[in-house]
Amino acid sequence: MAAKRLQCRECSTQYPLEARYVCSRCFGPLEVAYDHERVDDVGEVRRRIQGGPQNIWRYHDFLPLEGAQPRTRSGLPAGCTPLIRADRLAAHLGLREVWVKNDAANPTHSFKDRVVSVAATRARELGFDTLACASTGNLANSVAAHGAALGMDSYVLIPADLEEQKILATGVYGTNVVKVRGNYDDVNRLCTELSGDRENWAFVNINMRPYYSEGSKTMAYEIAEQLGWELPDRCVVPIASGSLFTKIAKGFAEWIDIGLLDGDVPIMNGAQAAGCSPVATAFAAGEDVCRPVKPNTIAKSLAIGNPADGPYALDLARATGGSIDSVTDQQIRAGIRLLAETTGVFTETAGGVTTAVLTQLAERGEIGPDERVVLAITGEGLKTLDAVRHSFPDVEVDPSIESFESIFGSPVTA
Amino acid sequence: MAITIKLPTQLRDAAGGAASLEAEGTTVGEALESLFSQHGELRERLYQDGDLRRFVNVYLGGEDIRFLDGLATEVPEGGELTILPAVAGG
Repeated sequence: MAAKRLQCRECSTQYPLEARYVCSRCFGPLEVAYDHERVDDVGEVRRRIQGGPQNIWRYHDFLPLEGAQPRTRSGLPAGCTPLIRADRLAAHLGLREVWVKNDAANPTHSFKDRVVSVAATRARELGFDTLACASTGNLANSVAAHGAALGMDSYVLIPADLEEQKILATGVYGTNVVKVRGNYDDVNRLCTELSGDRENWAFVNINMRPYYSEGSKTMAYEIAEQLGWELPDRCVVPIASGSLFTKIAKGFAEWIDIGLLDGDVPIMNGAQAAGCSPVATAFAAGEDVCRPVKPNTIAKSLAIGNPADGPYALDLARATGGSIDSVTDQQIRAGIRLLAETTGVFTETAGGVTTAVLTQLAERGEIGPDERVVLAITGEGLKTLDAVRHSFPDVEVDPSIESFESIFGSPVTA
Repeated sequence: MAITIKLPTQLRDAAGGAASLEAEGTTVGEALESLFSQHGELRERLYQDGDLRRFVNVYLGGEDIRFLDGLATEVPEGGELTILPAVAGG
């Protein structure tokens, strides 16, 4: 495999490719480092990818797995989600070209299946028998489902006040659902402590985190491939921990570096909810670190008050000429409706955040007339039904023509 | 006064293998100084330019000290501090 080592993002100390997530010298996060060679025959590499399976394992060469390509029709393959040209949304916003990357079309209806597929596969390679996670909900769904598909025990720890749909869509897979009385940051702290003591547990977003986060790159690979091996000009991506945001850019950057794509990393716009916006706040203040906050927003899947990848998200937004914006709960609800009414895609609150930030950028006139914009829709609307309850009128009629026509009138006769 | 400091696995090699240690002081900063006087290598691992490194989280009774008064946060007699690496979630 091209993955060669783990490397600290802060001090560059190197470690072998094991279950380790933090630098023991400086506590900085570890990341997978690769020895990719520049591609001689671009067409050959593209054809090989295109000839691969219809899931993220088509990008196996760019993922940190040791073994052969995983069996592609077993387990719970993720990815190859639709990239939809959203002309009606673009017209509504006065933009030329908007694409919606609909990651709700994954097996458990969020982008988390990408990261869990990679983390769970790597966990098996490293000999773990149990999967675990700290989750705001979508990750819980995915870890429980992958545990079931792979025959591994699983424990998912979630804030006790999570949306009912996300709890039900986790427990159904036969996992151990652990509701923690606290917010996500409390859950994360507890899991970080637990992971030190339970050596046979692969906490996908803690001790497996370097592998887990690499899975997010596949969203960038797919976008480029689906655009005909071209880069978008701009991506609008939600930020919770900041991991997806930074890894999408890493995916594009890797393919540019080896010559598989021509151009620059897109302008990266991050999207947060105003009720949990430590990264947007730091961006606006011109700071390089994020001050933690106590989340209070309907966008629970983005409710991480202490985002560990925040500093890197800030660097990335600034380096690409992007920004990190926040939107209110009211704007989030409007964003869900706008996406649904113009594209037919029903997203959860996180997608409402992303769509509302795109609207805000368009209204501010920040998006150029020739830009090709990709909107990352990370999750499914059916998981956060409360956000749209009572947001539209409906009518009730008797099963009779008279009753129907009393509301909608008589048909117009020619 | 005695304060208990719980160490993450990543720091135990620099503390003679201990999972927790007793320290003295009335604030988080003093308690950490007391810890460094016992195991000098921990200072460099946790501090940079006289403050906590940005990926080091310290909790008093489960609360991140950045929500309190940071290193100046007062620690009660018998209080417990937990040091953990910051991890991106999701």
